[in-house]
Amino acid sequence: MSIEAHGIRKKFGAYTALDGVDLNVPQGKLVALLGPSGSGKTTLLRIIAGLEFPDPGSGRVLFHGDDVTDLPAGKRRVGFVFQHYALFRHMSVFDNVAFGLRVRRRRDRPSSAAIAERAHRLLELVQLDGLAGRYPSQLSGGERQRVALARALAVEPKVLLLDEPFGALDARVRKDLRRWLRRFHDEIQLTTIFVTHDQEEALEIADEVVIMNKAHVEQVGTPQQVYDKPASPFVYQFLGNVNVLRAPALAGARRRGAAPDEPSPDGQIYVRPHDIELTPHDAGGDGPSAIVRHIHAAGPHARLLLEQVQSREQVEVEISRSELAELNLKTNDLVRMRLRQTHSFDEDYAI
Amino acid sequence: MAPASVAPFPTRRPRAVLPRAARDPAWARWALTAVALAFLAFFLVLPLVVVFAEAFSKGLGFFLATVREPDALAAIRLTLLTVAIVVPANVVFGVAAAWAIAKFRFRGKSLLTTLIDLPFAVSPVISGLVYVLVFGAQGWFGPWLIAHNIRIIFAVPGIVLATTFVTFPFVARELIPLMQAQGTDEEYSAVTLGASGWQIFWRVTLPNIRWGLFYGVILCNARAMGEFGAVSVVSGHIRGETNTMPLHVEILYNEYNIAGAFAVASLLALLALATLVAKSVIEWRQTGTP
Repeated sequence: MSIEAHGIRKKFGAYTALDGVDLNVPQGKLVALLGPSGSGKTTLLRIIAGLEFPDPGSGRVLFHGDDVTDLPAGKRRVGFVFQHYALFRHMSVFDNVAFGLRVRRRRDRPSSAAIAERAHRLLELVQLDGLAGRYPSQLSGGERQRVALARALAVEPKVLLLDEPFGALDARVRKDLRRWLRRFHDEIQLTTIFVTHDQEEALEIADEVVIMNKAHVEQVGTPQQVYDKPASPFVYQFLGNVNVLRAPALAGARRRGAAPDEPSPDGQIYVRPHDIELTPHDAGGDGPSAIVRHIHAAGPHARLLLEQVQSREQVEVEISRSELAELNLKTNDLVRMRLRQTHSFDEDYAI
Repeated sequence: MAPASVAPFPTRRPRAVLPRAARDPAWARWALTAVALAFLAFFLVLPLVVVFAEAFSKGLGFFLATVREPDALAAIRLTLLTVAIVVPANVVFGVAAAWAIAKFRFRGKSLLTTLIDLPFAVSPVISGLVYVLVFGAQGWFGPWLIAHNIRIIFAVPGIVLATTFVTFPFVARELIPLMQAQGTDEEYSAVTLGASGWQIFWRVTLPNIRWGLFYGVILCNARAMGEFGAVSVVSGHIRGETNTMPLHVEILYNEYNIAGAFAVASLLALLALATLVAKSVIEWRQTGTP
C-alpha cells in the first residue's frame, strides 16, 4: 500500500517539528527517513502511524489514496516497531506476538488455535520459534528487535513503520540485522518506512532515501542519487566526509576539460576525500600544492591529512593503500592535488 | 522490570570485596554494628516484646476474653469496615492519579503532585479537625446535614473520611515513580496493535504495576488500621459504636486495664508484622521473576 503525506505541519509549543512536509512512498518500497536528531523524522513517522496528529488544518495522510488523517492508530493497520522495542515486559515472547490478535473484538478474533498457529509462524519467520516461552528481559537486543517485528506483523499491517530499528544495538549486530531486514523486506514485500540517523544504514538498505533537516525534507532519491548529486550543502555534508574549501585557492585544480571555475556566492567548493587524486609534486601539473601532515594507514584505505600550501586549509584525502605505496609518501612531503569531482551550490549543483 | 524504583530499601547485592586499604579497621566495623543493633533493640524490638509480654501477662484466658468482649469485637469490626472502604477507594484514586501524572502532560500537574503529598505534611489531628469544621454541628455543612438527618462526624462516615484522607498518598506515591520509569512506549505499542483503552489498562499497564500496587495497598492498609489522631478527633469515642481498634486500646489503657490494652494492641502489632512479611515476599518476588 502506498503512503502519502501532504503539507504536514506539527508544532510542540514554540518548537516546530515539521514545517510543511510532503512524502510519497510507493507500494512495496523500503524507504529511509534520514536526518540528524531533531530533524522531525520520528515525528513524521508517528504522524503516519497515528500516534501523533498533524496540526489542525495543515495536512493530510493518505494510505493507498484513502485519507486516514483522522483515523486513530489502532484502525490504520500499521505495524510500528519502537526504538526500544516496547515489548510487553510481563508477557512471554509468544504472548507478545499474539497480543494484537487477542485484543480484537470477538467477531474479528481468530480462534485461539489459529492465533497460536499464526504466532508460531511469525516467530519462525523471524527465526525465533525456539524462544516463544522466554520473557523479553531474557533476550538479546537483536532478538527483542525481531520479536517486536513479529508482534507488529501479527495484525497483518498494510505498512510497516520502524523507528530507529537498529539504534539500540551494538555495531556488529546492527550490520547483520540490517542486511537481514533488507532480505526480509524483499520476502514480505510490505511498504516499509524506517527512521535512522545513520547515513550508512540508510544508503545500504533503502530503495529510496528521504533526507530531513530542521523540519524540512532536503532531498528525496535513491541512495546513489542522493550520494552523487546532493541537492544542498547539508545533504553533501550529512552523507559522508567532505572537505569544504575556499574556491579561489583551488583555481585550476578541477578536472581537466570541465567548465571553468564559477565560484559559488559563498565561494566554497565541496569535495569528498576519495575524489581527490594525489600526484608527486615534482611531476609538475597545475594542481595546488599541499604538505602531508598526517598519514593514517590502518584499515582498507589510507587517510591523509594535508595542508594546502597557499591557503593553509586542511584537506582530508582518502586513497587506496596501493596508491599510497606507489607515491611513497611520508609526513611533510609535498604533493599536488587534483579534484576529480567537486560541487558548489550556487545553483542546484555543479560539477 | 525496574524493582529498584519500587523498594524504598536497597535490595541485597552480592558483597563487594574491597581492597584492604578501603576497609575500615575491625574495631570500627564492630562498633558501628553494635551501635546499630543496640538502637534497633532498644527502639524496635523491646517495645514489640513488651506489647506481647504485657498482652499475655494475665494468661491466655484473659487475652481471649479481652479480644472477645463485645466492645472489642465492635472495634475490630469497625476497623475492618473502614479498611474495606478506604483501601479500595484509595486504590482507585491512587491508580487514576498515578496514571494521569505519569503518562500524560497537562496543566497543573505539579500542583496535583504536591496536593497528593498534603496528607503526609499535615498532622493527622489537624486533618480530623478539618472534617469536624466542615461537617460538624457548628461546621459549614452542619445545619444542612442535621436538617437532612445525615450524621458524618461522631459516626462511621467521618471515620472513613478521615482515614481516607490520611492514607490517601500511599498508593499514588508508590506508583508514580514506577510508572514514570516505565514510560508510555508499551501503551503506544498496544495502541498500534489495535487495543482499546480498557484493554491497554487491564492487559498492559496494570500487570506492569501490580507489585508496586500491591505494596502500596499493604502500606495503605496498615496505616488505615492503625490511624489514631485523625480518627480520634472525628469519632466521638462511643464504645461499641465509633471506636476503632487504636481508640479501643486508648480507652482500655485509660481505665487502667493495662493487660487488656496490650491484648488489643498486640493484634495491631501482629498486623504490622504480617505487613512486613508481605512486603518482604513482594520484594523477593519482584527480584525473583522476570
